[in-house]
Amino acid sequence: MNPRILSSTVVRILRQLRHDRRTVALLVVVPTVLLTLVYYMYADQPTPPGQPATFDRIALVMLGFFPFIIMFLVTSIAMLRERTTGTLERLLTTPLGKTDLLFGYGIAFGLAGAVQATVASAVAYWIFDLDTAGSAGLVIMIAVLNAVLAVALGLLCSAFARTEFQAVQFMPVVVAPQLLLCGLFVPRDEMAGWLQVISDLLPLSYAVEALQEVGAHAEPTGTMWRDAAVVAGAAVLALVLAAATLRRRSG
Amino acid sequence: MDDAIALRGLVVDRGGRRVLDGIDAAVPRGSVTGLLGPSGSGKTTLMRAVVGVQVITAGTVTVLGAPAGSSQLRHRVGYLTQAPSVYADLTVRENARYFAALHGRGRAEADRAVTDVGLAAAAGQLVGTLSGGQRSRASLACALVGEPELIVLDEPTVGQDPVLRADLWSRFHALAATGTTLLVSSHVMDEAARCDRLLLIREGRLIADDTPDGIRSTTGVDDLDEAFLRLIRASEAGRAGEAS
Repeated sequence: MNPRILSSTVVRILRQLRHDRRTVALLVVVPTVLLTLVYYMYADQPTPPGQPATFDRIALVMLGFFPFIIMFLVTSIAMLRERTTGTLERLLTTPLGKTDLLFGYGIAFGLAGAVQATVASAVAYWIFDLDTAGSAGLVIMIAVLNAVLAVALGLLCSAFARTEFQAVQFMPVVVAPQLLLCGLFVPRDEMAGWLQVISDLLPLSYAVEALQEVGAHAEPTGTMWRDAAVVAGAAVLALVLAAATLRRRSG
Repeated sequence: MDDAIALRGLVVDRGGRRVLDGIDAAVPRGSVTGLLGPSGSGKTTLMRAVVGVQVITAGTVTVLGAPAGSSQLRHRVGYLTQAPSVYADLTVRENARYFAALHGRGRAEADRAVTDVGLAAAAGQLVGTLSGGQRSRASLACALVGEPELIVLDEPTVGQDPVLRADLWSRFHALAATGTTLLVSSHVMDEAARCDRLLLIREGRLIADDTPDGIRSTTGVDDLDEAFLRLIRASEAGRAGEAS
């Protein structure tokens, strides 16, 4: 990796994003709109005794979902575009290293995810009175880790997509099972054993557990740090695999 | 080592089809070498092999004394793909600056490359809003910006107006005069006359490797178009003779 090439790649990706104002607006506005929907959906629902309010429970996990879903999609399409327009092939004939490109995407879209998570958290805490025992900063940190994980998975999956249609289809394949099994809909320890095993293998389960730890404990817990480390480790693993599947030569 | 590019017995198969079938050729340093042949003859594949992004079946490709695609060559080789490979959602200047940065060059070099391809007036425009010819020049600027020793250009003048095309060719010769080697593909025969040397390929085989004048005198005709036609007929007669 070369710091000069890495940083120019990050700047280049952010510039592309900046020229696409509608995408920036969607990145920032959509989570707020969805949070508003969830807030009013649960506004008149009674809170089960001894549990956090339903909105608090769901909104907290949603703050982790947004960057995960959206950055996965954005990255898959961005990388596929690099392939189909020939810029990827050209980049690979320059001094740019494969990791410069992949970590460039990780950092650039991680920053975009940070902006998104910050705006969504601000809305959740200040407008909808989201209540968590732990700090909002930890919620944003976990959301950013989710964004980086999603970028890494998107980069990896884009290697297996030849067309935009295929790339978009990876979203239900990669993202949906993680959403279903992460413990939001059914607590993980109430699932059938084989589902728990799958859930244990999916990185988003750890992100959700980490968010729930922040929701329930005033101070960051050991479980939360371990979960955050698992998410970060999964992101690095996916980036390394993505680098391994990126070939300078093709047929 | 006087040759910028040396191809020995280069064979490439793509999608189960033999695209290059035993090419032996050399490109001298500090020259403009034209790679000519009809569409589908293997020009792009040959260029991809030279820049080291093509999986090859057999043979060797030596570029500036090193095997094609080796990491030390990435600083020394510039590549223009046939379809303009620049970012449509960046301006011309931003594209040039990014590719400049990859080669360790600064903003001044980037701006000069944009001016050199005649896009100074459109430097602040998004590439996606440019005409096809402008877009391909933006892509060319990104290939020139690193001031590479070898520049591989896949059909750089398609869709350019005649005045600009003449400008680009004189720029190619100016670069060659400073010791840069250029390999330029074209399917327009009138561009052949502008090259120092010519490689003519057809159906994956090399039919001619000579200077324009050499080709004229071998075939006995002045018109290069006609000369190529004779070379193709002669090579087909030769192959038919081999087969019987």
